[in-house]
Amino acid sequence: MSAVVVRPVPGRSRPYQFPSFERMTLPNGLELIIAPVRRLPLVTIRFVLDVGARQEPRDIAGVASLTAAVLAEGTERLDAGALAEEFERLGGSLSSYATWDATHVRTTVLSSRLEGALALLSEVVRKPAFAPREVDRLKEERLAELLELKSEPRGLADEKFSSFLYKQSSRLSIQEGGSQRTVRQLSVNECREWHASQFAPSATALVIAGDVDVDKVMKLTSDGLADWWSPPQAPSGVDDTPDREYASARLLDRPGAPQSELRLGHVGLRRDHPDYFAVVVMNAILGGVFNSRINLNLREKNAFTYGAFSSFEWRRDAAPFLVSTAVATPVTVPAIREVIAELVRIQSGPPDEDELSLSTSYLDGVFPIRFETTDAIAGALASLRTLRLGNDFYDTYRENIRAVTADDVMRAAQRHIHMDRLQVLAVGDRAQVEPALRDLNLGPTSIVGDDDE
Amino acid sequence: MATPRAALPIQTSRLENGLLVTLSPDRTAPIVAVNLWYHVGSANEREGRTGFAHLFEHMLFQGSEHVAANEHFELIQRAGGTLNGSTWLDRTNYFETVPSQQLELALWLEADRMGRLLPAMTQEKLDTQRDVVKNERRWSVDNQPYGSWWEKLPALCFPPSHPFHHSLMGSMEDLSAASLDDVAAFFRAFYTPDNAVLSIAGDVDESEVLTLVDRYFGWIPRGNGRPALGAMDVSTTFGTALREVVEDDVAVPRVFVAMRTPVFGSEGYYAASAIAAILGTGRGSRLHQSLVRERQLASAASAFTFDLAKGTDLLVIDATARPGVSVEALEQGIGDVLDELRDKGPRAGELDRVLAQTETEFVTSMQGAGDRAEQLSRFATYYGDPALLNEQVARYRAVTDHRIGAMGSDRLGPDNRASLVYVPRNGVAA
Repeated sequence: MSAVVVRPVPGRSRPYQFPSFERMTLPNGLELIIAPVRRLPLVTIRFVLDVGARQEPRDIAGVASLTAAVLAEGTERLDAGALAEEFERLGGSLSSYATWDATHVRTTVLSSRLEGALALLSEVVRKPAFAPREVDRLKEERLAELLELKSEPRGLADEKFSSFLYKQSSRLSIQEGGSQRTVRQLSVNECREWHASQFAPSATALVIAGDVDVDKVMKLTSDGLADWWSPPQAPSGVDDTPDREYASARLLDRPGAPQSELRLGHVGLRRDHPDYFAVVVMNAILGGVFNSRINLNLREKNAFTYGAFSSFEWRRDAAPFLVSTAVATPVTVPAIREVIAELVRIQSGPPDEDELSLSTSYLDGVFPIRFETTDAIAGALASLRTLRLGNDFYDTYRENIRAVTADDVMRAAQRHIHMDRLQVLAVGDRAQVEPALRDLNLGPTSIVGDDDE
Repeated sequence: MATPRAALPIQTSRLENGLLVTLSPDRTAPIVAVNLWYHVGSANEREGRTGFAHLFEHMLFQGSEHVAANEHFELIQRAGGTLNGSTWLDRTNYFETVPSQQLELALWLEADRMGRLLPAMTQEKLDTQRDVVKNERRWSVDNQPYGSWWEKLPALCFPPSHPFHHSLMGSMEDLSAASLDDVAAFFRAFYTPDNAVLSIAGDVDESEVLTLVDRYFGWIPRGNGRPALGAMDVSTTFGTALREVVEDDVAVPRVFVAMRTPVFGSEGYYAASAIAAILGTGRGSRLHQSLVRERQLASAASAFTFDLAKGTDLLVIDATARPGVSVEALEQGIGDVLDELRDKGPRAGELDRVLAQTETEFVTSMQGAGDRAEQLSRFATYYGDPALLNEQVARYRAVTDHRIGAMGSDRLGPDNRASLVYVPRNGVAA
C-alpha cells in the first residue's frame, strides 16, 4: 500500500432539517415553543423573558443581572440551600442570567424528570424569595467582579471598548452588569420592583426542547402556568447611536504588560437590518474563520499574535462591531496598522470567489453541527423570540447564506464598516506604545483610566 | 432512578500497523466526528525542550506532503466542519467534526500528516509558529491574572524529576531553542500509527468505514516503539502540607489546594470524583454553601479533578477571596470544609444528589459527536478499551458513602494538601 495522494471528493450530502417546533400562546400571553428531539432521554427547559439590560434605567444599571442571579437564591417556599438541593435531586443545575435583550432561566434534566423540573423552574421565575442577605451577597460579588476586572486586561478591554462606543447618557455606555456606582445603588427593593414590573407572562416564552411529547407539555404548562398573570410591560427603547461621529484612539496604561489587548470598531447595526446575511458572510471573510484575512495576516504572516478575530454582535439594538486581538507589546502599532489595512481592503473591492465560497460553504455546512444538543436547540428557539425572527429563519438560513454574492460582501463592507468613526482601544504599556500610537494619527488620542464609568 | 437506556454502540479494531480504531455509529444527524489521540504530551519532552509537544502540535497545521500550510483549516472549514487540536501532559489530540459526506477528507488530511509531515517542514514555518506560541504564552499565562496557576500547580505537586513537573507551555528560552531536527526526531518517535488512536463517531456506514480507514492509514509504517516515559509513580499523599505563595498583579487573593487522588479510570477515581462534586460542583456544593453563601469568605469556589491517568490524579479546589478577606482566613475556611468531609463523611442524601447530577452531565455530554469521539479516544488510549465509556454511569453509581468516607480519610488530610496561594503584588488585598 502507499499514500493516497489524490484528495477525496465529498460524497452525496444527506439532508438536514432544523428540528420542527410548535409555537402557541396561552390566554395569559405566555408563549410556548416546543421542539420534540428524540435522540437521548434529555430535555432542556428554558424560560426566556423580554427583560434585558437594554430597558434598565441608567441609574440602576445592573438590576436585570442582579435580579436574574437572585432567582437562583431561593423561592418563597425554599431557601437558597434547599432550592439548590432540589435541583440537584432532579439531576439538574439551574442557570439564570440576563443579557442586553433578555433574562434566561434554564436547566437540562433527564426527560423522566421533566415534570418536577418544570414545576421548580416555574416557581423560580414566579415566586423568588428576594432574601436581603442573598441579594446583598450577590451585589458584593458583582462589585468584587468589577474590582477583579481591573487586573484582567482581556475582560477590561472588552468591557471598556463597548462602553466607549455609546453616548454617555445612554444605558449602553455602562457595561451589561452595571458599574461600581450603579450596583451600589441596588438593594432588595430595586430587585423586587424590577421583578414585579417586568416579569409578566406576556413578556415570556417557555422553550422546551428534547425527548418530550407536545401534548403532555401543553397540559403541564396550562395546568401550572395558566394562573400566572401580571400586567404587560410598557414598551421601551434605548439610545443606540454612536457617541463619536469621528475616529479616535484611547490607551489604557498597564505598565510593563508583555502584550497589548487591542479593540478596533464602532457601533454596528441592529439585528433586524436587511443586510444581516451579507454582513455575516463579510465578517467571516474579514475575521470570522481561521483562514480569514485578519487572522492570516496578523497570526500566520506576521506572527504578531495567537489569534485575531472580528465580530458583529447581534442584538435588538445596534451592537458593537469589533476586531479583537492581543499582540506582543513592541508590535502594537504595526498590528493596528495591519488591521486598518484589512478594513480598508475589504471595502475596496469584492472578495475573490475562493474566499467567498470558503465562508459561505463553512457557514452553510457547519449549520447542523451547531444544533447537536437540546440546549443549543432551545437557545436557537429562544433567539427567535428575543430577536423577533421569523419562524422560517433556521429553515431558510442556509439558502440565504448561499445567496450572498461577492458584490453583496463589498457593499456590506462599504455600508457597515465606518473608517470615519473607527474607535481604537489599546490596553498595554503606555511608555512603549504611546508615541507610535500618536504618530498613527487615528484622530484625537487620549489616555483613559480603568474606572468603570 | 432514571429510565435505563441502551449503551452506545462501540466497535474496536486494529490495523496491521498498530493503529487502534474505534467506531460509534449514530445516524440521527448527518454529522461525523474524527478524533485522533497521540499518546504523547509534555511529559515526553526532553530536558531543555519544555513546551515542545505543544509547539509541535502547531506544526501539524503547517501542512504535510500533499497539503499546504494552513490548508488543513481551509479544507475542513470549506467542508463545513470544525476542527482543532490540543496538547496535554500525556496526550495530544486532533479533531474534526464534519458533514458526513466529508468523512474521507478528514481521514485523508489526518493520514497525510501522520504519514508525510516532514517533507513540508521548513525553518520559516517553525519560526512563525514559535512566535505564535510565544504569544499564546503571553496571552494565557504572562498577561493574565493568576495565569501561571496551571504551570505552578503541577510544579508544586510533582517532584522535579517527574514528567508532569515542568510547564506544558514551556519557557521562552526552551521555545527559542527548538529546531527542525527536534521536529523530525519527535515526529519519528511519537507520531506513529502504533502510538495513536483514531475514533470515529456519528453518521458512518459501518460496512465501509474500516475499508476507508485502511485505505488512508494502512500504508503508514509502524514506529520503532515509543520511548519510555520517566518514572511516573509517586506516593499516594504528599506526606506533608505544601504551600507556595505567589505575588501577582491581581486584585484579590486566590487559593488552589491540590490533593493526590487515584488515577483516572481506576477504582478509587470515581469516589474521588464524587468527592470533587460534593465539595465543589454547583450552588449546592459544600464549598459554595459554606465559603460563598454562609461565611462569605469567597466570591467563587469550586473543585475538580485533573483526570490524570498516570502516577496520581489531582483533586483541586479553586477559591477566590472576597475583597477584604485575608488569604489565611480563606485557607482556614477551605481547611474546615475538607476536615468536615474527612471526619464525618457525606450527609444523608448528599451522594444521591451528586450522582444524579453526574449522570445528567454524562448523558448531556454524549449528545455531540465530537465529545463522544473524544471520550472513546480517551478510554482507548489509557486503557485500550473504548467500551469503558458505557460503564461510566454504573461505576459512579457503585460509589457508596462508605467508599467516600474511606477515600476522605486517606486523601483529604493535612498531609495531602498542596496550596498555591496568589496574593496581590503590593501585599495588601484591595
